[in-house]
Amino acid sequence: MSTLTVTPAPAAEVPRGLVNPLYVQLDIRRVLRNRRTLVFTLVMPVVFYFSFGASQPGADAKAYVMLSFAVYGAMVAATSVGASVAVERASGWSRQLRLTPMRPATYVASKVIAAASIAVIPVAVELVIGAATGARMRASAWVVGGLVAWIGSLVFAALGLAIGYLVPSENAMQVMGPVLALLALLGGLFVPLSIFGHTLQTVASFTPAYGVGVLAHWQLSHDGSFVGAIANLVVWTAVFGAGAALLFRRDTGRV
Amino acid sequence: MEMSTPAAPATTTDPGAVPTVAPPAIAIESLHKRFGQVSAVDGLDLVVRPGEVVAFLGPNGAGKTSTIDVVLGLSQPTSGSVSVYGTSPRDAVAHGWVSAVMQSGGLLKDLTVRETVQMTASLFARTQPVDVVLDRAGITAIADRRVGKCSGGEQQRLRFAMALLPDPRLLVLDEPTTGMDVEGRRAFWGAIRDDARRGRTVVFATHYLEEADTYADRIVLVAHGKVVADGTPSQIKALSSGRLVRATWPGAHLADLDGLPGVDDLELNGDQVVVHANDSDAVARFLLTRTPATDLEITARGLEDAFVSLTSATTSEVSR
Repeated sequence: MSTLTVTPAPAAEVPRGLVNPLYVQLDIRRVLRNRRTLVFTLVMPVVFYFSFGASQPGADAKAYVMLSFAVYGAMVAATSVGASVAVERASGWSRQLRLTPMRPATYVASKVIAAASIAVIPVAVELVIGAATGARMRASAWVVGGLVAWIGSLVFAALGLAIGYLVPSENAMQVMGPVLALLALLGGLFVPLSIFGHTLQTVASFTPAYGVGVLAHWQLSHDGSFVGAIANLVVWTAVFGAGAALLFRRDTGRV
Repeated sequence: MEMSTPAAPATTTDPGAVPTVAPPAIAIESLHKRFGQVSAVDGLDLVVRPGEVVAFLGPNGAGKTSTIDVVLGLSQPTSGSVSVYGTSPRDAVAHGWVSAVMQSGGLLKDLTVRETVQMTASLFARTQPVDVVLDRAGITAIADRRVGKCSGGEQQRLRFAMALLPDPRLLVLDEPTTGMDVEGRRAFWGAIRDDARRGRTVVFATHYLEEADTYADRIVLVAHGKVVADGTPSQIKALSSGRLVRATWPGAHLADLDGLPGVDDLELNGDQVVVHANDSDAVARFLLTRTPATDLEITARGLEDAFVSLTSATTSEVSR
């Protein structure tokens, strides 16, 4: 008795392709209108750089701090875009989307692309300001550092998505702000990990911002373990991605 | 009230007459929806034919929204079956055959009105042009306004514009005018009514009788999760209009009352006569002057009374 009328193959009339460019474009525009997000992803990393980086004596020390805050800005940006699903669930937008043929995978893909698009901004801004204030390093260090800061931040897009599906409120980012600051600290982005004791350093090397931090700085200073950093990045991407997928499935299953 | 009301005096749906070639817009069969111990929908049957404008009328908590959620594929029935144009609700949504205007939520405050419609349009393979639906919903003038700055009525017309995008065969509205002022309500229904003239099937939930009466061809009265009456607006209104005249009349001859004008319904419980009539004065005059009836009492009947009596009638039927 508990069956719906089943018809073969939902010949859904969906636009082709996984990615919906117009949807992504408007989603990005929304993020750019959100003043709080812009303060946390753009203004704060820049202020941090001027406070702690531009004052450094050496050109490569400036560059080091610049890359740290590029990573930090990108991780905050990616997390907040991912976590915006919490807002969209709370406001009923996700429910509204279920009244359209949009595939859930398209929704997630849109968020990841929007996260990547937004995350590139703080990276670019940090590098430009760094260059303008005397940060100097090899050309390859600029390219690799910038790309790693940007692409590595997608780990945090996955974290944001997981949080967005876990926290049923609009305030996901208020929780995540301090958490991200702590992760950045443990990832060696705010202060060198060498000031910590041995145990804390070891623990820190297992936290999610550590891998991307080490890799972003790799061309500049071979701190830490390259293989360990790669492993860190891969494992955390897998963990957050799986968490997001699981929570996402629970959410859509509930309908 | 001690009187027992006839269960469904105004049934226009004849189940035997349904099998036509086109599938019904909505076919619901003994739908049950339970949330834990609470039974929100409790054996609801309903067939809506293409082109009908149906009001789903009932008090809060009658099960209207739960039923609509199942029709839209937003929730799964506990038991029973629901089909929309002969297919599952999810399929009908995927085809753009059905869309909905929900009561609240579902909007992003930081987009403009036009962007919201554009964003929604991008999700369908084929849609009506954005400008057309904005115009039809009467929100062209506020297209560039942020959604967060729109009034409740404007937001509701925006939801309506979004719902029009796939040019659906069936439009479902869940209490669409809740919280709107009179002006907003009128503008909203004006837009809906213009649209329904084009032959779209419309089902709307409401707890306002006037709204159901003014805009629907058919009213389905829902209480406690089931349909308690189903008929034209005038049939349903008759349930709530008029008065009840009650009197004690030992050895009553009900046949004597047959000729009186405006008598809808008669009942006899022991010595108690209950007359449901539009012209209660005529009934009272007759009872007091031409019969030995005493203890005469006249009470008005509102829709709430109709709900209550219809509901208690069905409930007692079930518990028997």
